[in-house]
Amino acid sequence: MSSYEIPAVTAKPGLKVVPVRRSVSTRWISVLTLFALVFIWWAVTATGMIEPLFLPPPSAVLQKGWLLATTGYMDSTLWQHLGASLSRIGLGLGFAVLTAVPVGIAIGHNRIARGVLDPLIEFYRPIPPLAYLPLIVIWCGIGELSKVLLIYLAIFAPIAIATATGVRTVDPAKLRAAQSLGATRAQLIRHVILPSALPDILTGVRIGLGVGWSTLVAAELIAATSGLGFMVQSAAQFLVTDVVVLGILVIALIAFAMEMGLRALQRKLVPWHGQAH
Amino acid sequence: MALLQLERISAQYPGSPEPVLADISLSLGPQQLLVALGPSGSGKTSLLNLIAGFVEPSAGRITLDGVPVKGPSAERGVVFQDDALLPWQDVLANVGFGLELAGVSRDKREIRAREMLALVDLSGFENRRIWQLSGGQKQRVGLARALAADPRVLLMDEPFGALDAFTREQMQELLLQVWQRTAKPVFLITHDIEEAVFLATDLILLAPNPGQIVERLSLDFGQRYAAGESARAIKSDPRFIETREHVLAKVFSQRSAATRQERA
Repeated sequence: MSSYEIPAVTAKPGLKVVPVRRSVSTRWISVLTLFALVFIWWAVTATGMIEPLFLPPPSAVLQKGWLLATTGYMDSTLWQHLGASLSRIGLGLGFAVLTAVPVGIAIGHNRIARGVLDPLIEFYRPIPPLAYLPLIVIWCGIGELSKVLLIYLAIFAPIAIATATGVRTVDPAKLRAAQSLGATRAQLIRHVILPSALPDILTGVRIGLGVGWSTLVAAELIAATSGLGFMVQSAAQFLVTDVVVLGILVIALIAFAMEMGLRALQRKLVPWHGQAH
Repeated sequence: MALLQLERISAQYPGSPEPVLADISLSLGPQQLLVALGPSGSGKTSLLNLIAGFVEPSAGRITLDGVPVKGPSAERGVVFQDDALLPWQDVLANVGFGLELAGVSRDKREIRAREMLALVDLSGFENRRIWQLSGGQKQRVGLARALAADPRVLLMDEPFGALDAFTREQMQELLLQVWQRTAKPVFLITHDIEEAVFLATDLILLAPNPGQIVERLSLDFGQRYAAGESARAIKSDPRFIETREHVLAKVFSQRSAATRQERA
């Protein structure tokens, strides 16, 4: 054997890698927990321990779900309420991404922009969005605009801050490499800074969507004539508990789906993130 | 005729009283592979950054073909110690990146990128992702990327410093082959004495506090390799060893002089 051949340590035949002892995977434990929860729910309602007025049985909620999906509640079907909520958060998110990313880049890239914009964002970011909802309603009325504006403001700050962080932590060697290949300032942003910051931007979107969704539902509880929050709130006023429970479950499901969707998007868009390079 | 010319260059970090480089003059012409060798703190990275245009000298003049150097430009290609490649693009797109910035069409830059990958012996890796490459392969991509933009001079910032000893030897030989085939003037900095002696047609030795040139040598070991002699034969040649020891002694005499100065 010449001295240039380095023996491979990792893949020697005859040596078995000792697996980590794990009889049940974490995922299955979580699934079991979920089933146990539904079972307890069913048990306490079936035995009459809790009145259906306070907690209807799972079967009743499912039935109501079918009824809501087909004929509807308060003049609209479940899909229309869901659509109202989703279009609000969609619009808010869309405008927030379109404006917060450039603002974040400006804050991270430019000293003057940071000086002007950073205190503004840091001032309003810690305020719970519901605290300025009344002011928005005074200014913009009770229509769609005020709700979209509220979501927009809630999502804007996390995305702008995450983008600025991403821009500030761009590898200087990559910037210099691009400069020595002739990159202009605009090309640096487009080809190096933006892709470098993308993992952070997506994290900002994840955080923003979480905040935005809870804010939206809360806002619909207070001032709306459609949407999931409105559905839950109006059902509660007439003690239609199964609709309340169903609404809460749908709200949770949507939040879960958004989180999973964004994680999948992250894996697809930034596969290099977390890789040693 | 010198292509790149440094005339009495000094450099100083803002706020620091001590200059990092003092009164450096050197020139780089065609067919030259100029190696700046020095211990850490001797200002060799600063020297490269000055030539690349990343920083500006506090005194003196740097010219390329008689034109003063101002800021980074595609005329002066740089290969970095840490590859500095773009992980969101595959190997082919990374190599063609400079051409993309220059507005060259996709077809043309892919042809050029494939040529450069063949030059650095990395054909077949076009569609690999950057994080799937070894350290040596990344440096090959970095070299191919710098060459694809067809710079006037190639600047190399300790390009093999982070590689293991075996890969480093292979990369030194690869660099000599590429240098011979492309005929690009190369300016390379390193702290590896054997590497410097093996590669350089012209070697400058830098000493710290402040960074200055304390020795200039003209060498031909790289040319002997290019003429077909084996790297091992050259590196075990008594003349090679003698040169290496001479440079080593020079580095240490500078060191002890500096220490004496500090004690006094």
